[in-house]
Amino acid sequence: MSEAQPAVLRLAGLRKSYNVGLPNETEVLHGLDLVIERDDFAALIGPSGSGKSTLLNLIGLLDQPTAGELYLLGEPTSTMDDAGRTRLRGESIGFVFQFHHLVQAFGALDNVLMPLMLRHGRPGPAAIDRARSLLAAMGLEKYAQTRPNQLSGGQQQRVAIARALVTQPSLLLADEPTGNLDTRTAADVFELMRRFGREVGCAVLLVTHDPRLSAACDRTIDLVDGRIVSDTRAPTGPSVTG
Amino acid sequence: MTESPVSTAGARLWTAWVLALQFLRDGRGQTVTIMVGVAVGVAVVVFVSALIQGLQSNIVQRTLGTQAHIRVLAPDEVNQRPAFAEDTLQLVWEDRRAQRRRSINNWQQVVATLDTLSSVGAVSPVIAGPAFAGRGAALESVALTGIDLQRYQQIIPLADYITGGSVRLEPGEAMIGSELAATLGLSVGDKLRLDTGRDNPAVVNVVAVFELGVRELDARNVYLGLKQAQALLGLPGGVTQLDLVVEDIFAADTIARRIARLTGLEAESWMEKNAQLMNALSAQSLSTNMIIVFVSLSVAFGIASVLSVSVVQRTREIGILRAMGAGRQQVLQVFLIQGALYGLLGALMGIAGAYVLVWVFNTFGPGLFFIPVAGGLVVFALVLATVVGVLAAAVPSRRAAMLDPVVAIRYV
Repeated sequence: MSEAQPAVLRLAGLRKSYNVGLPNETEVLHGLDLVIERDDFAALIGPSGSGKSTLLNLIGLLDQPTAGELYLLGEPTSTMDDAGRTRLRGESIGFVFQFHHLVQAFGALDNVLMPLMLRHGRPGPAAIDRARSLLAAMGLEKYAQTRPNQLSGGQQQRVAIARALVTQPSLLLADEPTGNLDTRTAADVFELMRRFGREVGCAVLLVTHDPRLSAACDRTIDLVDGRIVSDTRAPTGPSVTG
Repeated sequence: MTESPVSTAGARLWTAWVLALQFLRDGRGQTVTIMVGVAVGVAVVVFVSALIQGLQSNIVQRTLGTQAHIRVLAPDEVNQRPAFAEDTLQLVWEDRRAQRRRSINNWQQVVATLDTLSSVGAVSPVIAGPAFAGRGAALESVALTGIDLQRYQQIIPLADYITGGSVRLEPGEAMIGSELAATLGLSVGDKLRLDTGRDNPAVVNVVAVFELGVRELDARNVYLGLKQAQALLGLPGGVTQLDLVVEDIFAADTIARRIARLTGLEAESWMEKNAQLMNALSAQSLSTNMIIVFVSLSVAFGIASVLSVSVVQRTREIGILRAMGAGRQQVLQVFLIQGALYGLLGALMGIAGAYVLVWVFNTFGPGLFFIPVAGGLVVFALVLATVVGVLAAAVPSRRAAMLDPVVAIRYV
């Protein structure tokens, strides 16, 4: 990585309050500083209510900070309008949610293509090929036309990962991606994220409650009561399946 | 990998269409329900409009079948007064002059001028005046109408109304109404005495009996050749009126005013003469428009409520789409398109329904008149329903577009 390339994500004194201006105003995030590099595979852990989801929404440009700045690929985002944030989100961020959140009206392949279609309209052969090969890599080539409600939880989550990766994002955000799956499927899904994060070359930040998953990550960021209390790097993460 | 770096508005709109169509297909039950609702509304609008149009054109045709669209007359004669000096007060006591029958000055030239107007379909010179028609001791007052048969047929198609005899008017021949024929016991081939009080009575042959369907006309009208009527009425070479038909009957008013300015004569349109009929027609049109407005309103509320429910049901999916890079604009488009399609597709169904209704009416109905379905009406219904659909979708679409993605994604 060259010096000139900015970090994927940089938080500078990031604060978030709810009910701003009201008597019950509460600050959830108290000035976070954090840098995520291109090759990071990081776990964001912390007890319930520590602000993990809030932070993830801010990083995903779904929400706006009350104070501080969030640089995505070196671009400051706090002054962007909705259209600008939508564009940047579409270009640089892939989401994987706990409940997979596929669009029920479409088959698996169309779900994977959706982020591309939303930005570029009718997908070309190159885009369709990419989506197909991602589905195949997830072991789902047979289910290209299958609706999400006819897939198992693990299969749906794999479609969601393929969808998150199809735009070749710089940052993959995963909110409890395995929270809803049994242990074996969870390990599967985790490995896929790890492998493709590396292959596509995007940083991964995943929120998890599962200590086994966080232990398998290269980096663990511990958020307690809206403050980062520890940020540790493992030299090489052991495999979760090993 | 290669993909267009340019994300044009058109490309994004394409995706909005794909999403809208898929959402419609996915919510089939809702889609069909609201479309049937729209279809019923559109069918009512189209059928009632066609019915009223059919009725009105029937009434107008019947009215205009027996009268000219515009009648041009010589202006009334007024008293001539000598000029008086300035600063003098003149008290005048005058009676209105009796309007004697007189010819339109230079009518041949007026006819030639009117013939050149593109808005005028046909012009026919007519001389009309009172007379007594007698047979034996029986005497009836009649309206003597001298016509140029060739031209007059373009104003009133007499051939359509003939019940006996043939349409021709050589000198010494007359065509009379059926009521008059009955009163005087006349039939084709009989002789009729005409007297205009000028000591020049004439005896003519009845060559045809017509029935215009208007009692007054059938009891009083006697058609003669132009020359013979001129002689009988003491106006050799003169005509008292010019009868006109126009291309656009509802422009008759305007055309009449134009002709009056152009010729300095009096021009009276059928609309003035039938003011009451015109009132009835415009009242009918008003009630049709009211029906259209209220049906549109109820269709709009139907579409709006279905889309509102749909937005709530799809809240989470909207959140996901937003997270995947869908802009507010795109979400807005998705629901506006759905509204438009509800309107358009519902209208197509409704128009088909209206055609069935019209066919049933024309085939099994009372048979008083025929309802045509105008192409313009169909296009109007399609456009109206689509526009109503888009307008009705505006509020729910806006709500969908303004959803906070964070909240929407967590929505269960």
